[in-house]
Amino acid sequence: MPPLLEAIGIRKQFPGVLALDRVSLTLARGEVVAVVGENGAGKSTLMKVLAGLYQPDEGELRLHGATVRFKSPSDAIWAGVSLIHQELNLAENLSVFDNLFLGREKTWGGPLKFLDRSTSAATAKDLLNRVGLPERFLHTPVEVLAPGQKQLVEIARALGLDAKILIMDEPTSSLTKMETDRLYDVIEGLKKAGVSVLYISHRLAEVKQVADRVAVLRDGRNAGDLAKAEIAHDNLVRLMVGRELNSYYPRDHRKHAGKVVLKVDGLRYSRGPTSPVSFELRAGEVLGMAGLVGAGRTELSEAIFGIRTVTAGALTLDGQPVSIRRPAQAIRAGVLLLPEDRRLHGLVLESSIGANLSLPNLASLATCGLLSRRRERTLHDDTIRKLRVKTDSSRKAVGLLSGGNQQKVVFGKWLARTPRVLILDEPTRGVDVGAKAEIYGLIDELAGQGVAVWMITSDLEELLGMSDRVVVMHEGRLAGELARSDVTEEAVMRLATGGGA
Amino acid sequence: MNRIVGVVLLLVVLYAALFASDPNASSEGNLIDVANRQGFYAVLTFAVALLIVTGGIDLSIGSVVGFSAVLFGVLMQKGWHPNAAMAACLGLGVVIGLINGLLVTLLKLQPFLVTLCGLFVYRGLARQLTSSPVGIQKVINEHPDFTGPIGFLRTVLIGKDADGALSFPMLVVVGAVLALVIGVLLHKSVYGRYWYAIGYNDKAARYAGIAVDLQRLGVYVLCSTLASFAGVLLLLDYGTAAPESAGESLELYAITGAVLGGCSLRGGEGTAIGILLGAAVLPLLRNLVLFLGIRDAIVPSVIGLTLLFGVLADEFFRRGPGMFALVLAQIRNRHRVD
Repeated sequence: MPPLLEAIGIRKQFPGVLALDRVSLTLARGEVVAVVGENGAGKSTLMKVLAGLYQPDEGELRLHGATVRFKSPSDAIWAGVSLIHQELNLAENLSVFDNLFLGREKTWGGPLKFLDRSTSAATAKDLLNRVGLPERFLHTPVEVLAPGQKQLVEIARALGLDAKILIMDEPTSSLTKMETDRLYDVIEGLKKAGVSVLYISHRLAEVKQVADRVAVLRDGRNAGDLAKAEIAHDNLVRLMVGRELNSYYPRDHRKHAGKVVLKVDGLRYSRGPTSPVSFELRAGEVLGMAGLVGAGRTELSEAIFGIRTVTAGALTLDGQPVSIRRPAQAIRAGVLLLPEDRRLHGLVLESSIGANLSLPNLASLATCGLLSRRRERTLHDDTIRKLRVKTDSSRKAVGLLSGGNQQKVVFGKWLARTPRVLILDEPTRGVDVGAKAEIYGLIDELAGQGVAVWMITSDLEELLGMSDRVVVMHEGRLAGELARSDVTEEAVMRLATGGGA
Repeated sequence: MNRIVGVVLLLVVLYAALFASDPNASSEGNLIDVANRQGFYAVLTFAVALLIVTGGIDLSIGSVVGFSAVLFGVLMQKGWHPNAAMAACLGLGVVIGLINGLLVTLLKLQPFLVTLCGLFVYRGLARQLTSSPVGIQKVINEHPDFTGPIGFLRTVLIGKDADGALSFPMLVVVGAVLALVIGVLLHKSVYGRYWYAIGYNDKAARYAGIAVDLQRLGVYVLCSTLASFAGVLLLLDYGTAAPESAGESLELYAITGAVLGGCSLRGGEGTAIGILLGAAVLPLLRNLVLFLGIRDAIVPSVIGLTLLFGVLADEFFRRGPGMFALVLAQIRNRHRVD
């Protein structure tokens, strides 16, 4: 029997870049195949070809052994291939029920098209059951649901369209640990029902857990497949990057932690938790901060950076009390933040790489308010070279770069200054493996220079690999601290979920 | 650069049509006349364009022009020296800019709504100030000693001599100087960088340590001050201003010019040269319509269609012929919707 889906020799050329070079992929009924690769490896393009958003220049798609051509996403959907987008495509203001049937509502009254809710209700309940959502959510507006629940609604909608193949693009990027586990259960259920899943992810641990097989892409080509038993971190990285990554989490520059640089004492901020937060950050150390999504880590960093209003407590920097009420004051004091959402807070996507690098440093690039082109160009060229940002020009819009290179630009914005405290909020989210290694190297180097690094991360591997010391937040308070030797996944999760140290 | 190709082509076509329409149209007198209007529009277009670049908008410009023109006349009638009256009008602009800006930045109200309210409020204040039109001649009749100072202002700012005849289009010079100053601000100075960053993504600007609200406030003040200055120019140029109609609809013409010149209402885009060229379109268009013998009543429709055409042309330049392919694909796929 032929496999459910075959893509054979798919080639897709974009102006100036060959995105897919004779890529092949097969998917059996009820199989979960993870597609991994660095950013720019061609994962998204391949998925878009499969979902009918792009037409391949060469190559063939077969469903049940018969050649098909998807001229539009609706062709693909009717054939049973549904793409669950990274940014969810739900009408937030409408109810779950309305979203499930959006665009194909049952109606009565002929051309008057009155909505017929009663006959669809049974179908809707069945769909919610299949993805494990309670039936009471049927008439809840989508906007009040948690990200994980929204994702399940989107999957339910695809199932309602009789999807045989679900393509999930980084489905867990905004989910909590619990929601992620829930999603795995749903995927397991779908498998049993004969639905196949193509799963794109950056998180290798996840791939290991969920996939029956891994297909690795590199530079638009097939780099190799791994069967379930072969899925291991090192194998994956080797295929993705094409070389061995020795010392993925470097510790070449760091010496012993120095004196206390930042002291946070009894800090509270407006609309924050009632319990005050106190901790210390030392020169030359990487302090990892763990916690579940919503534990208040980002909010705490924003309060210290002057984005949120501090209502109580004191900040001490190098032994001197400081007051930070605006980001400008934090930046002047050398307290710098790489925000969690780099596309919203970290970068002006439409502006050039150069303009972004200049933005926080304009005062030092100008004389009497007039910018010096020469000084700017020196800054841009130096930063791009030092951080190995992959671009041919500093005038390119930063939004056109891959996630890893975008993040390097966010780092670059601060490197023209001498940071004392560097707050990194999810520094490698959406960053490919190769760029991750470079960013880890940079973090190590900065800490080696005596910068106090405070790294907030939800990536346990990264937390364990990079931190000299770990603090865990739970519901707005510090649930505990772990020395480097005591940091284990279990210990962190126990603290993060409210258990004792 | 793509973004000014469209407006340059538009100007070339309009000038060609003007030269072809009527021998009188290409006379020096008419061209100077048009150029002077273009200079006046440049002041207003720059005013609103700076706000549009930062992601804001100002609908109160026309009313501020009217308010300022009437105030200028009323103060001089009361015996204020023309220079003092002009300074007072500029001060009025600063105050109005502060009011608009503070409502937007401190109270986080939407710029569209704040300035829509301003549109009504400032028009009402102008009409409260005086019920009859103000006029330069009336001022000079009452205060003969102002003949000199007013004549000087008219010569320097408008290019009109004592009897009101236009000898040299000084408003073009005013517009050009403004373009130069704003060009430096936008493209060579730190402030321009702030404004573009705020227009594209004010959150990222804030995280980069920029005092976003202060910059916004500054641009509102700049905008309203320029609008007040335009009010002074309006009275000096026309010699008379009626409280109920002076400056009416100018905000819309200014926004039209800014958009034609490459500003995006989403913010973050626009260049000084583009804005200057965009400002030149409408006065030229009005003049052309006149010479083509088209009825005056239809002029608003012509302006609307020009803007629509400009927006379409801009989309075409950015997306290329693919734009039409998209439309065709949408029409072809229509049956799939239901």
